[in-house]
Amino acid sequence: MAHETRLLFRHIDEPGLASIDTYRGLGGYRTLERAVKEIEPDELLNTLEQCGLRGRGGAGFSMGKKASFLPRGDMEKFLCCNADESEPGAFKDRELMAKNPHQLVEGIVIAAVAAGTGQTFIFVRGEYAEVADTLDLAVAEAYAAGYAGDDILGTGHRVELVVHRGAGAYICGEETALLDALEGKRGNPRLKPPFPAIQGLYGGPTLVNNVETLSNVPHIVRNGADWFKSFGTEQSPGTKVVSVSGCVERPGNYEIELGIPARDLIFDLAGGPPEGREVKAWFPGGSSAPVLTAAELDLPYSFESMADAGSMLGSGSIIVADENVSIPHLALRTARFYHHESCGKCTPCREGTNWTVKMLERVVSGEATPMDLDVISSVQDNIIGHCLCVLGDSMAMPVGSMVAKFRDEFEAAIEVGRDAAPHPLDESPTDVKPVPLGAPS
Amino acid sequence: MTDGWVPEIRPTDDLSAEERRRLVESMRPEDAEPVPELHEIDVPAALREQIESAMSKYPEIRSASLPALWAVQRHYGWCSPEGMRQAAAVMGVTPGYLESVATFYDLFHTNPVGRHRVLVCHNLACWLRGAEDVLDAFCGEAGVDADEADHIGASSEDGEVYLRGFECMGACDIAPMASIDERYYGPLNPDDARAAVDQLRSGEDVLPDRALSKRQAAGGPEPDPDPRVAAVEDGS
Repeated sequence: MAHETRLLFRHIDEPGLASIDTYRGLGGYRTLERAVKEIEPDELLNTLEQCGLRGRGGAGFSMGKKASFLPRGDMEKFLCCNADESEPGAFKDRELMAKNPHQLVEGIVIAAVAAGTGQTFIFVRGEYAEVADTLDLAVAEAYAAGYAGDDILGTGHRVELVVHRGAGAYICGEETALLDALEGKRGNPRLKPPFPAIQGLYGGPTLVNNVETLSNVPHIVRNGADWFKSFGTEQSPGTKVVSVSGCVERPGNYEIELGIPARDLIFDLAGGPPEGREVKAWFPGGSSAPVLTAAELDLPYSFESMADAGSMLGSGSIIVADENVSIPHLALRTARFYHHESCGKCTPCREGTNWTVKMLERVVSGEATPMDLDVISSVQDNIIGHCLCVLGDSMAMPVGSMVAKFRDEFEAAIEVGRDAAPHPLDESPTDVKPVPLGAPS
Repeated sequence: MTDGWVPEIRPTDDLSAEERRRLVESMRPEDAEPVPELHEIDVPAALREQIESAMSKYPEIRSASLPALWAVQRHYGWCSPEGMRQAAAVMGVTPGYLESVATFYDLFHTNPVGRHRVLVCHNLACWLRGAEDVLDAFCGEAGVDADEADHIGASSEDGEVYLRGFECMGACDIAPMASIDERYYGPLNPDDARAAVDQLRSGEDVLPDRALSKRQAAGGPEPDPDPRVAAVEDGS
């Protein structure tokens, strides 16, 4: 029987946890105090690098390594907390911020001291208005208590913290688009390299980290890298807050050690699909991850095993589709989202998402032929890797995987749709008889 | 104001400041609106104060575009051309610039909309749990076209309710869900949707027992801590 291992979610439903007094009562901000007073920034950075914490936003890149890429020197450097959690299926950052905002603030300040970034921002998506209000209050409390500002606890460290509200654009979760949005522009991704660590916000070196990644920081600094590595697997150390949603009895956030079987997570913790139904397909890492089938439920849930299975752990968001779900309709829903959210900067994504939606609409309305499925697959192949950011890939991977793994169902949908269409293709919709070529009129 | 001046073709790096200014000027369409003069525009004091306070928080003024547009939307109910002109005057940017930003983001309304904003999620997790029926029920009760609401958004005739099918809002645990006046509610069924529209019209509290803020973690009450967590907590 699987169980949760609560580290970030410890005391999550404690009444008043969002206030600084309750948080401090549970031991909060002691690590920050020790970090600014007793530990050298280099040592902090070293701990973050040694612990092997991988970014929780989707790419899974080592957090400490990313921080170490920032150039040394006196130039103004920036840290942005990416709280623009917009991946369909992901809602872990929302719960972490809404219920335990000070854990995040403490993590940001410690990470900022370690990386030498004086100016920090939390970019929270516009839809999370309630969360943004909670964060504003928490930041104000942290300033008042001297945990942020010009001179943290009299140690001379400077960390300014601003909560910046987005306004509804999935693309702003992409780190360079986030920086553009923060600079007050339309959120279009930038060409990489240069990576933000070298040239990011306002042209300065910028570290961009996810909410969950930064929320881990106080725990790691407090207890050490070796303690952190005792959780999870060798390549995916630590706990992970996993959002499980879709066709399950108890959708929600569950904090687990990476490496437990996905089946335990979906069935034991989230209750599995409704009584009497089977899992048909599941997204292991939000809607941009290639789908896996029921046969792959016993794989360990970790960065490396999901990658080996041809998918990805991403932000750790599982969406379950049960046997009653039509995969072609699921593909269409997925494609429509990316079509809506494509910023339009790169042609393969702008046109590819549009054409994929049109072709899938034809599949479900019975106007397609099985050959169209090959066209759909080839469009996906031509998107992947050909754009500035991975938004197009995020549609191409799941849609491509659905066509590959459930091709029978697409072909059946084409047949069913054709029979149900008001004017089947082999019948002329009007009474007009075709005129033979060359016949006198 | 190009007065017939045509820039010489050479690398822009070599241009003097004056030449550069004229080059930029020459590329601007004749009818482009310049940066409005602040003293010529009547900006409500509260709006001006909010925008200026946002400008002071960032190293560069343009970063205040989003907060400024939020302030305009809160003040006028939508990003009206007049409101954006006022914000542009305070920030010292062209109104066109702010409009270009406003049209990029889904939450800024560049047309007038109903007083209460209801965004109904129609993305994967909510769709799997019946979001289409919920949106239909909202639309039926509010008397707007469901297809129009789903694609571009629609307001009821009495101007009370604006409805829009929206992409994932990050609350799949309460699917199917809706954001009503910036607060999350779910899981919803069609009856909840109809009740919510009535409550919005009569000014009552909306779906008090469906508010996300009252929801506990899905894993239930706090389990005993993991031994490794307990060990370090005891030690502190």
